[in-house]
Amino acid sequence: MRFAVLQFGGSNCDKDALHVLRDVCGVDTDLIWYRDGLKRDYDGIVIPGGFSYGDYLRAGAIATRTPVMADVVRHADKGGLVLGICNGAQISAESSLVPGVFTINEYPKFICREVFLRVENADSPFTSAYSEGEVIRLPIAHKEGRYVASPDDIAALKAEKRVAFCFCDEDGEVTPESNPNGTTDNITGILGKGGNVLAMMPHPERASEDVLGSSDGKKIFDSMISYIESL
Amino acid sequence: MIFDVKIIISLKSGMLDPEACAIQHALSNLGFETEYLTNSKLYNVGIKAEDAESAKARAEEMCGRLLANPVIQSYSVEVTE
Repeated sequence: MRFAVLQFGGSNCDKDALHVLRDVCGVDTDLIWYRDGLKRDYDGIVIPGGFSYGDYLRAGAIATRTPVMADVVRHADKGGLVLGICNGAQISAESSLVPGVFTINEYPKFICREVFLRVENADSPFTSAYSEGEVIRLPIAHKEGRYVASPDDIAALKAEKRVAFCFCDEDGEVTPESNPNGTTDNITGILGKGGNVLAMMPHPERASEDVLGSSDGKKIFDSMISYIESL
Repeated sequence: MIFDVKIIISLKSGMLDPEACAIQHALSNLGFETEYLTNSKLYNVGIKAEDAESAKARAEEMCGRLLANPVIQSYSVEVTE
């Protein structure tokens, strides 16, 4: 089993994702500079957080048009796992790996804090280690994390159980007050059409060890690893 | 011939524009009341083409492939020589 963590100019959570995969989960993982492309097949690809290309144009827009992302789309089309975290989620949406777009927060400032999330679908390759309805705690750190999609796309996401995570309160209630950025229906984790891509604004790699205050995020990596082992 | 092409990227109507709201609020703090305020991006692009029509088509292709995200944005293209 081998993972890849992409690295664009302006990525800044690449080393964190690498650390969690290599040192915490014990999985062979390569850090891939975007210009080098994917030179081999990978079981899972992580598009990490950061501010690729300074968020110029739109967050994730420029990274999306690099050749390595064509490799990632081909990997996803074959059913390979792709996890897009924060800027990686924005890139995943810009690349149409998931529908919609992550745009500027309703109150247009950078938010950096812990939030509660409800696991909406525990059957995906990214969430099988959770139980449905489980409330987890992860940090967010973004200015452009408000998910917007057409009403048809939102309806399809819900009907096809492709909403992975919603912002909620401590008790698991999905309320307007627990929505930090004005995202549509509190949605902040979206699965791609085949269920093999997860785009999420919260940072599981920053909450994968108890010493960091929460290890709730590690189950995403554990789920991916179990899924790959089951193939 | 090189055509001067103005590409304007705007949010589709009905889309929330938090930056525009913040700017409008700041104007209000200075005593400038405004009925509406929108926020667009303007790109001036020089495009070498045979005629204005093909320059416009090229600019529209740029919008479709990079400059605008069709989920939330619309674009307009104006060509001058």
